[in-house]
Amino acid sequence: MALFGPNRFRGKLIVVEGIDGSGKSTQISLLSQWLRSQGVAVAFSEWNSSPLVRETTRRGKKKEMFTPTTFSLIHSTDFADRLERYIIPLLRAGAVVCADRYAYTAFARDVVRGVSRRWVRNLYRFAARPHLAFYFHVPLEVALGRILGGRNAIKYYEAGMDLGLSRNVVESFRLFQGRILEEYEAMTAEMGFHVIDATGSIEQQQREMRRIVMEELGESLRTGVLRSHEAPANGTETAA
Amino acid sequence: MEPKQPLEFYGEPLPGVDTSELHGKLIAIEGPDSVGRTTQINWLRNWLQQQGHAVMDTGMARSPLAGKGIQKAKEGNTFGPVTMTLFYATDFGDRLENEIIPALRAGFVVLTDRYIFSLMARAIARGEDRRWIEQVSSFALVPHVVYYLRAEVKDLVSRVVLGRGAFDYWESGMDVRFGPDMHSSFVRYQTRLIRAMDGMAKKYNFVTLDATRSQEAIQQLLQRSIARLFGPPKAPRRRRAKAQVTAAHSRTQMSLRLRKSSA
Repeated sequence: MALFGPNRFRGKLIVVEGIDGSGKSTQISLLSQWLRSQGVAVAFSEWNSSPLVRETTRRGKKKEMFTPTTFSLIHSTDFADRLERYIIPLLRAGAVVCADRYAYTAFARDVVRGVSRRWVRNLYRFAARPHLAFYFHVPLEVALGRILGGRNAIKYYEAGMDLGLSRNVVESFRLFQGRILEEYEAMTAEMGFHVIDATGSIEQQQREMRRIVMEELGESLRTGVLRSHEAPANGTETAA
Repeated sequence: MEPKQPLEFYGEPLPGVDTSELHGKLIAIEGPDSVGRTTQINWLRNWLQQQGHAVMDTGMARSPLAGKGIQKAKEGNTFGPVTMTLFYATDFGDRLENEIIPALRAGFVVLTDRYIFSLMARAIARGEDRRWIEQVSSFALVPHVVYYLRAEVKDLVSRVVLGRGAFDYWESGMDVRFGPDMHSSFVRYQTRLIRAMDGMAKKYNFVTLDATRSQEAIQQLLQRSIARLFGPPKAPRRRRAKAQVTAAHSRTQMSLRLRKSSA
């Protein structure tokens, strides 16, 4: 059975995936700025950011009410809201939509939480198939170093404390992220991810991303998608 | 789908639930809007308590987790059909895991005002994929019995007009606009809901009851049927009321009896 619904929209959907600290958010933000500078109409959507669901997610997290199943369901509700209200209309209009995390995040995370693999994959079958999915491949210790060095407080669910892996937050986070990493690695080929070596420099990774974007979507970025009127509409620059 | 043993899951089991610990009874009352489900449940609760059973009742959008969020989303101006389906599924999941299962574990009779079937029917009526929503809902427990209070759309229209006197936005499916005005949208949407529910009746072993009968008559049928969940059936009484109960009903009861005796 097809994993996602067909995506015949005029716009293009580009998503990034990877564990916390893989640097994917930095990269998708650089990519969308670059696309904008090329005159492409770009929209951005982030995992777990629907205003409709926010209060519920907040309540659930604050009071630690989630089970693996309801955690999975509320994130799919959040995703559905962004998809129905924002992503699909924008794709229809011809925008390039950049998504920081997509259904794959649930495929990895929810399965680690103990939800059935088949069930969670079916859950997201209403999603539009991305045109490009980047996976930021990084060794666990590198990602942990970035996260643990940068912030002091890892939250309960972020650390996977609900799984009872360890009573120590940092240790739980380490184990949880390690298992998510395994899930990502296991689905890489099946999902057709473009794998980016996330240990390289930020500039290197960005160059690689832009190269793949031009290779895969170059033609439609020049002529197919919605372009802003302000920017110079010379197609030569984009071919770089 | 073959009728399963009571208190199994429709699909893969929920993580961390041992169904052999669930000693209570799970009874679902399904049926369209304004068909009188609430009244029936209130009467059943009193009656069951008089019989010495502890009763817990639950219903859609009543979960501590998602109830408020759903109410708020319904007050806003955008609530997409897939989003709505999944928000209700979240609500159901929270009540199933945090209310229904603990109550069953404690030996309660759980009366649920609607179950996954309304959720599924609403999704199907809005054009969502049947297989998709069936699988999403498959983490639900199979109830001991599902009663389906069935009415035709014309009965529902007269109940709404004579009762509340106005069509409700959501009960009319106005979010999808099945018609140019509330009445025509109500008729088309409710027709689709009834069709979707009818389509599930056999597969999910509904005990279908004619909701146009008097509330008292329906209550009597429900009580008689539920009584049999608790003990050896009394000698069959040949009353006309009994003929209203469908074949599916007697099949369910039969299999319950067989299981009881083999236990």
